[in-house]
Amino acid sequence: MTYKLQFAELLPYWDVLLQGLIFTIILTLVSTAAGIAVGTAGASLRTFGPKWAGAIVTTYVELIRNTPFIVQLFFIFFGLPAAGVMLSETTAAFLAMTINLGAYSTEIIRAGIQAVPKGHVDAGVSLAMTKWEVLRHIILNQAFRKIYPALSSQIIIVMLGSAVVSQISAQDLTYAANFVASRNFRNFEVYLLAALAYLLLAMLTRSLLRGLGRVIFKAK
Amino acid sequence: MSLVSIRDVRKSFGELEVLKGVSLEVAKGDVVAIIGRSGSGKSTLLRCINGLETYQAGSILADGIEVGGLHANLRELRRHVGMVFQQFNLFPHLTVAENVMLAQTVVNKTPKKEARDTAAEVLAKVGLSEKMDAWPSQLSGGQQQRVAIARSLAMRPKVLLCDEITSALDPELVNEVLRVVEQLAKEGMTLILVTHEMRFARDVGTNLVFMHHGKVHETGAPKEVFAAPKTPELQQFVAGTGH
Ligand SMILES: Nc1ncnc2c1ncn2[C@@H]1O[C@H](COP(=O)(O)OP(=O)(O)OP(=O)(O)O)[C@@H](O)[C@H]1O
Ligand SMILES: [Mg+2]
Repeated sequence: MTYKLQFAELLPYWDVLLQGLIFTIILTLVSTAAGIAVGTAGASLRTFGPKWAGAIVTTYVELIRNTPFIVQLFFIFFGLPAAGVMLSETTAAFLAMTINLGAYSTEIIRAGIQAVPKGHVDAGVSLAMTKWEVLRHIILNQAFRKIYPALSSQIIIVMLGSAVVSQISAQDLTYAANFVASRNFRNFEVYLLAALAYLLLAMLTRSLLRGLGRVIFKAK
Repeated sequence: MSLVSIRDVRKSFGELEVLKGVSLEVAKGDVVAIIGRSGSGKSTLLRCINGLETYQAGSILADGIEVGGLHANLRELRRHVGMVFQQFNLFPHLTVAENVMLAQTVVNKTPKKEARDTAAEVLAKVGLSEKMDAWPSQLSGGQQQRVAIARSLAMRPKVLLCDEITSALDPELVNEVLRVVEQLAKEGMTLILVTHEMRFARDVGTNLVFMHHGKVHETGAPKEVFAAPKTPELQQFVAGTGH
C-alpha cells in the first residue's frame, strides 16, 4: 500500500461538504417531525378511528414497509410528473422521507398505544372525556414513553437512509461527497470523511435524543 | 322519582346473552349493593349504566338521560355518573393532583387553580391531602384506589358506580377504601356497588341485589335478605361466602 492520504485536497471544497451536511441535518429534522406527526395520526386512526380509516392506514403502512425506499423516492420524483405532479428534488426528498418514516412510526406508535392498559380508556371515558381527549391526554403520552427508544432508533435509520436522496440530486452530504470526488478523484478521503460525518451525526443524534427523552419524560 | 331507572334491559355479546331482562330502580341516596357469582352480569350491568357498553333492548334512564338513545348525550351523562374500577387505572404520567384535575380542566374547562382547589378538597375527603404531588407509583394499592375515588368525585357526580373496587387489594388495605365509601354513603351519595364484601353490603347497603344468570334474582333490604334468603340460589350463594 503506497496510497498517500491527502486530506488537504478536500480543503477547497469544505463549503460544499458543509452545505451538504447542513442539508442532511435539516432534511432529517424536518422529515422526522413531519414523519412522527403522520405516524401519530396514523396510529391514532388505526386504534381509535373508524374501520375504513384504519384500513386506509394499514394499506399505506404495508405499501411503504414492503417496498425499497429508493423506489419510493424515484416514484415520487420521476414517476409523479407523469401524473402532472412536478416536485423539486428537495421537496421530493422531504416528502419521501416523511412518508417513509410516517409508515414505520405508525407501526411503532400503534404498538405503544396497545401497550397502555385498556382500563385507562374506560377510566378516561367514565370521567366524561371523549375518546379523542382520552387519546390525547392519557394514551399518547404513555405510548410515547414506552416506544421512545424504538422511535429513536428509527430516526437514526432514517437519517442514515437519507443518503439515498443524492440519487435524485438532492444536495445532501452524500451528494456533496459525490461531487467532490468527481472533481478531485480523492474517493478514499472524501468517502472516509463522509462516513465519519454520518457516524458523528448518528452518535450525536442518539445522545441528543436520549437527553431529550430524559427532559420530556422526567416523571416516573 | 328514581335517579337511575333500569327497565327490562337485555344485552348480548354476540351469541351470549349476558343480561336477560334486568330491571332496577335507584333513588337518590340509595346505596345499592350488587352481589352474585362470577359471570352473572354484574360488571356488564354497571357498564351499561354509564354507556361503556351498549344494550339491545329495554331502557336505562340515568338522571333523566336515556343512556341507550341514538343521540344520547353520553358526555353529559358521564358528568353525572362516575365510575370506579377494580383496577385503579390511575394515569401514571400524571401526579395525584393532576389525575384529579385532568377531567375538570379538559371536560369542564375549569381553570387550573380552581381545579387544584377541588382536587385538594376531594383528596382531603379520601384522606390523602399530603399525597397531592406524589406519583401514582409511589402509593399503595389502597391509596391509589382512594385517589381513583377522589378523581371521580371531582366531577361532582350524582351517582357513583363501583365495580369490585376492593377486589384487587391486599386484605389489609381493603378497609381504608371501604371506610371512604361508607363515609360517602353517610353524606348521601347515591352508590351502586358490585361487591364481594358481604358484611359491608349488609351494614352499609340500603338495597341488596342478587344477580343470577343475567337477571335480578332476589332483592330487598340487605339485613332481611341476608337473614332469610328466599331463593335456594341466594341461600347457596350466601352459604358459599361463609356468611
Ligand atoms: N367484552 C366482552 N365480550 C364478550 N363477552 C363478555 C365481555 N364482557 C363480559 N363478557 C361475558 O359476559 C358475562 C358476564 O360478564 P360480567 O363481567 O358482567 O360478569 P360479572 O358478574 O361482573 O363477573 P365477575 O364477578 O367475574 O366480575 C361473562 O360470561 C363474560 O365472559
Ligand atoms: Mg365483574
